[in-house]
Amino acid sequence: MTPLLERITTGDVLVADGAIGTMLFERGLRPGSCPETVNLERPEILEEIAALYLDAGAELLQTNTFGASPLKLACYGLEDQTERIVERAVQAVRAVAKDRAYVCGSCGPCGALLKPYGDTEPDAVAEGFRRQINSMVNAGVDVICVETMVDLREAALAIEAAKDIAPSLPVMATMAFDATPRGFHTIMGVNIEQAAKGLRRAGADVLGSNCGNGSEGMLKVAREFQTHTELPRIIQPNAGLPVQTGDQTTYSETASFMADCATQFLAAGVSIIGGCCGTTPEHIRAIRQAVDGR
Amino acid sequence: MDTLPEIRKSVQLGYSEKVAEHTMQAIDGAVDAQRILDEGLIAGMTLVGEQFKAHEIFLPDVLMAAKAMHTGLDLLQPLLVKEGIPPQGKVVIGTVQGDLHDIGKNLVGIMLKGAGFEVIDLGNDVTPERFLEAAAEHEANVIGMSALLTTTMPAMKKVVELNKRGKPAQVFKVIIGGAPVSESFAREIGADAYGFDAASAVDRVKDLICED
Repeated sequence: MTPLLERITTGDVLVADGAIGTMLFERGLRPGSCPETVNLERPEILEEIAALYLDAGAELLQTNTFGASPLKLACYGLEDQTERIVERAVQAVRAVAKDRAYVCGSCGPCGALLKPYGDTEPDAVAEGFRRQINSMVNAGVDVICVETMVDLREAALAIEAAKDIAPSLPVMATMAFDATPRGFHTIMGVNIEQAAKGLRRAGADVLGSNCGNGSEGMLKVAREFQTHTELPRIIQPNAGLPVQTGDQTTYSETASFMADCATQFLAAGVSIIGGCCGTTPEHIRAIRQAVDGR
Repeated sequence: MDTLPEIRKSVQLGYSEKVAEHTMQAIDGAVDAQRILDEGLIAGMTLVGEQFKAHEIFLPDVLMAAKAMHTGLDLLQPLLVKEGIPPQGKVVIGTVQGDLHDIGKNLVGIMLKGAGFEVIDLGNDVTPERFLEAAAEHEANVIGMSALLTTTMPAMKKVVELNKRGKPAQVFKVIIGGAPVSESFAREIGADAYGFDAASAVDRVKDLICED
């Protein structure tokens, strides 16, 4: 397979996969249980989901390791299982992707607040990311994605861990922004300019945003990133914001709406387009078609 | 020098040492403990809540202000106890069963404490029964529930239903909040109030207690 960064820098646009969590719940994950237990108990589900997204046209398939920092797994008493949880997730996606898609190691926030705001030492957070990422690298991911970050320092610790463990592996880093009257900020107060500079300084090769916004909000985020960085960008919007009716949750953006937005993301110079909460293989298929038809 | 504005300002800026210094000055100057609490520490935290609501500041500022406020509160606590000044009310809070997202809930807890409430935080993944047991055990005024996952919202309904079946003396006011929760959902399940964000949750809790 052509290395990911080589493809992006030669002008290729890649399509990434969509949400995993909702797919896991549909397949029997009990709400409130640790999503990563599936990796140990029913890895065949991970293969099924990866196959659905591959079939829909995704070229980047994420591993189910978003919360697999030992710090977060400790909430469920699973910290000793970190290595197995990560390795199983990577193996399941690799079995499907083979060399037709990049296996993307997902690394979300560790769930602890860094000092002085919280009680956790940076060294403990860094060590957790090192264990998580080391297992990903050993199991053979093609790229690491540090995602949904809100604290720039935490994001930097994860990026630095990845670059230290596997200097030649590309690292993508995304943050989740809220629209405020003073512009887009993470809940920790990081704006897009600070994110673009801070993520780059930490060593990210690709940067951008996921979650927190539907396509229209994300389009503004993408354009703002474009003005603050020369690095390739990745954008993974939600399928709108969740709407609750009774016990049912729905996301408002249809596949065709997101596909229309995809062409606008391309115009904003985005290199990788995928989906976050509420997106399905159907959304990814439509985005794929929009990207191919440009 | 009037120490109360200094306490307010230092809480707002998150300067723990300054808060401690000015709180001690106020105590030594025989300023009424209730006034130090209301017009100093709580007033400072209220300003922080308003600024956060208006997106003028972000979570780190709130967390630092809360830490600073607690430094002052720790110094003041013995006096409050001695003078028999009760807390504004007791609130049992938690993230509902099946949900482990607690940033929002923690923030509400910080703001409630900042407003002078006694807060009993039950943590994450709290069962409906546990909410009611804890509220009865602590003789709470209000139960506050948070959810981030839409899939866990039905658990809120269960708490409301269980609560209504309790003995009249043990029926608590219920407030809910969290990203997927809305005013209409609160009405639909029969909760007494909905907190759009941490600062408005505090306002709603105050309203609920006044209704009592």
